[in-house]
Amino acid sequence: MRRTLLDSFMRGPLSEPGPKPDEAGLAELAQSVNRAARAKLGRSLSIRQVDAGSCNGCELEIHALNNAFYDLERFGFHFVASPRHADVLMVTGPVTKNMREALLRTYNATPDPKWVIAVGTCAADGGLFAGSYAVAGGVTDVVPVDLTIPGCPPNPKALLAGLLALLQTAS
Amino acid sequence: MILPRTNVTEEGWGQAIDRLAGGNQTLLGLWGDAGAVFMALFDEKTFDIAVLSYACKDGRYPSVAARHPPANRLERAIRDLFGLEATGAPDTRPWLNLGFWDVRHPLGNQEPAQKPGPYAFLPVEGESLHQIPVGPVHAGIIEPGHFRFTANGEHVVRLEQRLGYVHKGIESLMAGASLADAAKLAGRTSGDSTVAYALAFAQAAEAALEAPPPPRAVHLRALMAELERLANHFGDIGAICNDASFAMMHAQTGILRERVLRTADACFGHRLMMDAIVPGGIARDIAADGLAQVQALLAEIQRAFPRLIELYDNTASLQDRTVTTGIVKADYVRQFGAGGYVGRASGRGFDARRTPGYAPYDALAFEVPVLTAGDVNARVWIRIREVEQSLALVDQILGSLPAGTIHAAVKPNGKTCEGLGLTEAFRGDVLIWLRLDGKGHVERCHMRDASWFHWPLLETAIEGNIVADFPLCNKSFNCSYSGHDL
Repeated sequence: MRRTLLDSFMRGPLSEPGPKPDEAGLAELAQSVNRAARAKLGRSLSIRQVDAGSCNGCELEIHALNNAFYDLERFGFHFVASPRHADVLMVTGPVTKNMREALLRTYNATPDPKWVIAVGTCAADGGLFAGSYAVAGGVTDVVPVDLTIPGCPPNPKALLAGLLALLQTAS
Repeated sequence: MILPRTNVTEEGWGQAIDRLAGGNQTLLGLWGDAGAVFMALFDEKTFDIAVLSYACKDGRYPSVAARHPPANRLERAIRDLFGLEATGAPDTRPWLNLGFWDVRHPLGNQEPAQKPGPYAFLPVEGESLHQIPVGPVHAGIIEPGHFRFTANGEHVVRLEQRLGYVHKGIESLMAGASLADAAKLAGRTSGDSTVAYALAFAQAAEAALEAPPPPRAVHLRALMAELERLANHFGDIGAICNDASFAMMHAQTGILRERVLRTADACFGHRLMMDAIVPGGIARDIAADGLAQVQALLAEIQRAFPRLIELYDNTASLQDRTVTTGIVKADYVRQFGAGGYVGRASGRGFDARRTPGYAPYDALAFEVPVLTAGDVNARVWIRIREVEQSLALVDQILGSLPAGTIHAAVKPNGKTCEGLGLTEAFRGDVLIWLRLDGKGHVERCHMRDASWFHWPLLETAIEGNIVADFPLCNKSFNCSYSGHDL
């Protein structure tokens, strides 16, 4: 264990500089983010991820945000276990009819001020699954969405750019 | 593979159930169709696969689950989707239909939905028992599902799962879709296994249309499949250790996983390699410097991974959590035909790459690691050994990559045709059965994830363990919710 720790120490950090905030995201957020809420949160946002029906591809890339290369926490974001602790709901997948109520309850359990990010093409508009008897639609069909990060799945850089746009707008 | 389907009478269906209940054959799949049920069987001695169909009488068929429990959830799903009833079924509760759809039997007669009564969880009796309901929204970045624990103090007496939350109606979306659209849907059934699914779908389509892919595509498909296996195994090994609060392993394997994904992106244009495999071959050739990139990746993993194995092996506090935790009995694994690391950690050496086997693995040398302890530790070690095997496989693929085209035309042949694909995803075998019309559209496609037979075993593995060890057991299985719910 000591060798691995020493090796990591000697090698220096793998973390790469973050991308610039996403321009499209900034424009979308300018319309939705309540300015009064910004001051309250400072530069730290807690994220609760909700899978509302995804194929789990988006979850893999959201997980990658925590690896040594992207190191999301250095920007002030961290993932939390309960919607009660969250400022941001990061929702993936087309919202299935079977998950619709669970998503609504999670949204209602998140204290104000809060933001909703729809992650992935399916979350944006249902994607390939739109029109199925089992799918309610995109996230915006169930709860209000402040920011959309498209992609199938969006890669960690795109996710980071979207989150940094949110941070810039919210702080 | 092309498999002549046998239409059986009630007697033939009953004999197939006899063979399953007697342990001579393993249930590979059980699914519905218009007015019929289909069953895929695997013979453990001859390695033969057979597909049977039974035309239902008045929408009923003799229950398989009545004598062979692994069919239970499959029969409940058939009833939810097609409205076909299993006569004598031991459990008639819904499975995928949670009461939120507008239609009943969406793949059958599509009646308007009726409001269902409350779901009846299995009764639990005894002194000092309490229940812990968990989900569908869980505490981590994971998929949704409901777990109902009954515990006596810290000890779990029973776990009952309730799944179906991410049911997207994929099989209904596939019906009538073009081959290209259906292949995309197959690749989004379980994102972590997109390569294995796209490959199984392509195998099924190519078998149905008798259109073999060119050799270069076959090799590059295997390269993608092994990269996918490496990425997932690295992720899992780290995540299991992380659930035992050993974050350092998670950080280290996270680096290796990211390197694999970046290499996949550089070689095939997508980190998870979605839509890279298509019926007829692959969508694009490996990048010009791709072989060198993969070589560099192999060198990096071979430099870093042995030390991580040593770290796992020499950390007593970690072993204290994983050894003897969440044991899956060998009998259950055999009965349920569990594949992947769940089966191989409990003595069942099934690997679809070996049996029945498919190209190019028949020409490559690799071992299928098997252990018998059946605990979390054994499932970690199977993954470690499989990483080593995958590295050797990638090396062989690079050394034997044929030149030539990467795609052969897949044309509809003017008549209805059927095909089956069976591939080895990182978590176990993926079965895809496909029927195409004469114009190249999908009439019926059924996909069966390895998780169908893993989930019930997770219920058995947690019994008698403490509640706090559930995340560890669950992660060591890493079942797919989306692949199961469809």
